[in-house]
Amino acid sequence: MTYIAKPRLHHPSLVKNKAGFTRRDYEGAVSTLCAGCGHDSISAAIIQACYELDILPHQVAKLSGIGCSSKAPTYFVGASHGFNTVHGRMPSVMTGANLANRDLIYMGVSGDGDSASIGLGQFAHVMRRGVNMTYIVMNNGVYGLTKGQFSATADKGSISKKGVANSDSSIDMVSLAILMGATFVGRSFSGDKHQLVPLIKAAMDHKGAAFLDVISPCVAFNNHAGSTKSYDYVREHNEALNRIDFIETREEITTSYDPGTTKIVQQHDGSILRLRKLGEDYDPSDKVSAMKRIQEGMHAGEVVTGLLYVDPTPSDLHANLNTVDAPLNTLNAPDLCPGTSALDKINASLR
Amino acid sequence: MLKPTDIANPDYFHKVVDCQWACPAHTPVPEYIRLIAHGRYSDAYMINWKSNVFPGILGRTCDRPCEPACRRSRVEDETLVKGKKEPVAICRLKRVAADYKDDDDINSKMPKAPEKNGRRVACIGGGPSSLTVARDLAVLGYEIVIYDQDPKLGGFIRTQIPHFRLPESVIDEEVGYITGIGNVEFRHQRVDSLKAVLAEGYDAVFVGSGAPRGRDLDVPGRKEAAANIHIGLDWLSSVSFGHIDKVGKRVIVLGGGNTAMDCCRTARRLGGEDVKVIVRSGFDEMKASPWEKEDAIGEDIPILNMLVPKEVRHEGGKIKGVLFEKVVAKYDDKGRRSLVPSGEPDEFHECDDVLVAIGQENAFPWIEMDAGVEFDKWGLPQLNEKTFASTHPKVFFGGDAAFGPKNIIWAAAHGHEAATSIHKMLIGENPEERPAPGVNVASQKMGIHEWSYDNAPTIDHRLKVPHRPKHEALKDIMAEVELGFDPQLAFKEAQRCLNCDVQTVFTGQLCIECDACVDICPMDCITFTENGEEKELRTRLMAPAMNPTQDLYVGDGLKTQRVMVKDEDVCLHCGLCAERCPTGAWDMRKYYIEMTHAEHACRKQ
Repeated sequence: MTYIAKPRLHHPSLVKNKAGFTRRDYEGAVSTLCAGCGHDSISAAIIQACYELDILPHQVAKLSGIGCSSKAPTYFVGASHGFNTVHGRMPSVMTGANLANRDLIYMGVSGDGDSASIGLGQFAHVMRRGVNMTYIVMNNGVYGLTKGQFSATADKGSISKKGVANSDSSIDMVSLAILMGATFVGRSFSGDKHQLVPLIKAAMDHKGAAFLDVISPCVAFNNHAGSTKSYDYVREHNEALNRIDFIETREEITTSYDPGTTKIVQQHDGSILRLRKLGEDYDPSDKVSAMKRIQEGMHAGEVVTGLLYVDPTPSDLHANLNTVDAPLNTLNAPDLCPGTSALDKINASLR
Repeated sequence: MLKPTDIANPDYFHKVVDCQWACPAHTPVPEYIRLIAHGRYSDAYMINWKSNVFPGILGRTCDRPCEPACRRSRVEDETLVKGKKEPVAICRLKRVAADYKDDDDINSKMPKAPEKNGRRVACIGGGPSSLTVARDLAVLGYEIVIYDQDPKLGGFIRTQIPHFRLPESVIDEEVGYITGIGNVEFRHQRVDSLKAVLAEGYDAVFVGSGAPRGRDLDVPGRKEAAANIHIGLDWLSSVSFGHIDKVGKRVIVLGGGNTAMDCCRTARRLGGEDVKVIVRSGFDEMKASPWEKEDAIGEDIPILNMLVPKEVRHEGGKIKGVLFEKVVAKYDDKGRRSLVPSGEPDEFHECDDVLVAIGQENAFPWIEMDAGVEFDKWGLPQLNEKTFASTHPKVFFGGDAAFGPKNIIWAAAHGHEAATSIHKMLIGENPEERPAPGVNVASQKMGIHEWSYDNAPTIDHRLKVPHRPKHEALKDIMAEVELGFDPQLAFKEAQRCLNCDVQTVFTGQLCIECDACVDICPMDCITFTENGEEKELRTRLMAPAMNPTQDLYVGDGLKTQRVMVKDEDVCLHCGLCAERCPTGAWDMRKYYIEMTHAEHACRKQ
């Protein structure tokens, strides 16, 4: 929370992207979240990603549910469309919006309460259906707005600010998303924009259901010793499997890497994900080994981050339903009502 | 690897306050600007008075080294201000403090001389440096005797600056504050011998005699037309004392400095209808301050450049005009400029009078060769640059007499330093050991989101000072052209100040590296990164730090072993980093830095 708006003055070296906007143009209203909230860093990463992708703000639709995280869309890409839904119901509103206008870029922003508790069912189904979207969970493991009760993603055994240990099993959002059929799944940390920004860019470009679980420490209620979602804990236990460079189709590849150190994943639309290996040999396009590695990490107490799973040839809801290319909301009477002769033909074929 | 910044060194944050650092007297500019915004004009005046002695005078005439240094001229956005980046009108705000102060309040705040301490100091010349020495030492009980050839104190301030720029009442008032302290005696007496002054048994002698000699023109015809060729400095002085009250209709002013600007504008008020300034150099290289050139042009005075006077034409002892050779600027490999003839035909300009303002020089004909004061080959005294002591143990210099012609604010700064040296010497301390500045640090946090200063930067463009209408101004040589900001305009202009003295102070041990400050900073000043060599580090910050004259603030003590690097260059001091910081690792603290003058300079008194 702050009393002054962010000054309009900016660094003299600020440059415009191909869309004619500076990074500052992708900002939203000043955040009313607590000082130091990880969510604000994720907002900053989304701003950076949209700027780097030359996105036209009016082509973005931000949807969210209820909670601290779901307030966040107000704080980035101010000149875009927004929809604050009923608690946990963002996925179905997004599915409907996506069906009506497939041309917009859909960004769902939700939290661990909104997606893993009240909205868990909706979360599963939006992944199953392969809605073309970027679904970001700002995951802090607590209910910040109601003063810090454990959420469904809090690890078993982690200690609350009051000193009580969590006795319930946690829901692992990335495992669930992969199981449910998401075609791009990653995990990152609000305190590591070098990893997070390229992941958001790649997710936004992915033509299918893209899910990012971003650990985002709650400074007010979950940043103490004993928490497994604190800045210190995540930094100590962060096991990054890869660093990705997202390369759009139209960009020229300029830097070269040692062949042994990178893995190239070419997606259906020609865009390239270049994965810089960090330590182990990890193939994110192999769903079974991805599941296995995530489980192993959980078992070892690691916070496994990076691009965990990607299907280079995804299909989305519209492909599955075989809809027309034009957005449904642009179809008018002549498109939708073929006329008596067509009806006669159909009737004749049924006789 | 960059070392963590030592913020305990007062110079570090002093440098961040660009205006104060650039000011020779190191006036705490943002502090008095805030006081003006609050309508506390008397308090603002006293801060200035302590630091630069002549707020009302400087608020009209200062060369303003603070303004080119002002951060605003680096951070403004041309598209938002719809014009070029402009500094805060610091100088003219200073005048507001002088114009609107409560005189009774000021009088009650002025120091009074204590009992005499038995020591006597002579000041030679009644200008700003001598007056500053007098003020600093009179309050310590010294008996001061000021010598000047003119009937009133003020020196150059009174004789050279036209009254339409600086009304005499302002000079009288501010000279009065110094003589009013007590123990200051003025002797209207020309000094012809340093030895004679020393023979009077003074404990110290301060020479603040200025650079009184105007350079003359040396071209054919100069002597023959002497009746209509005047040395600018002497001419202005004669005008000031009322000895000259008219000039020919067509006047040529030679020279491109501020004296030339004063000459031409004065000539316009004494009957000059066709007045022009003719300068050897190009327009941009002229020594005159940009605003003074602007004011001259605004009074229908053309400035002609790249013309070197060649000959004064005359007929029967009467001047006809001046012939000029056209030149172009050529630069050698070292970038040194020389003016070479362009080959074009010479230009002849008719005139009735010529005012020569092509420079001024020091002159010490009254200092005997064997007086013990050594001079260098340029005719300037050999001085210790820190203490202003000459080679004679009792003689100190300051103002234009010390290092050649500068301006009033330098004279005040020199005066403070010389007074400190004199005091230290006379109480048996080493004048080489200079007193450290006084620093007062206070957090500005008032509540969770409240600061004790207006932290929201405005995007307003610099305001213009209202001027008297030209037809009125040109009619009366005593009518002040600039009318000064009124309180409303002053408030608006004061709000443009970024409060650079409210510093961003970082405590690494408290930082949890959440990036909140990085994300909120409107100027992308803050980066958390691996340490490195400065040159390389400057390139990999959130935004490149391309101004090497501005420091990087490096903070360590972070858990990840990274460092916090803040580029001081473009920080708005808006406090958002501190406001978004969950742990108080950032705090906004006001650093009030004040130079220590003679009064508090010494351990024992």
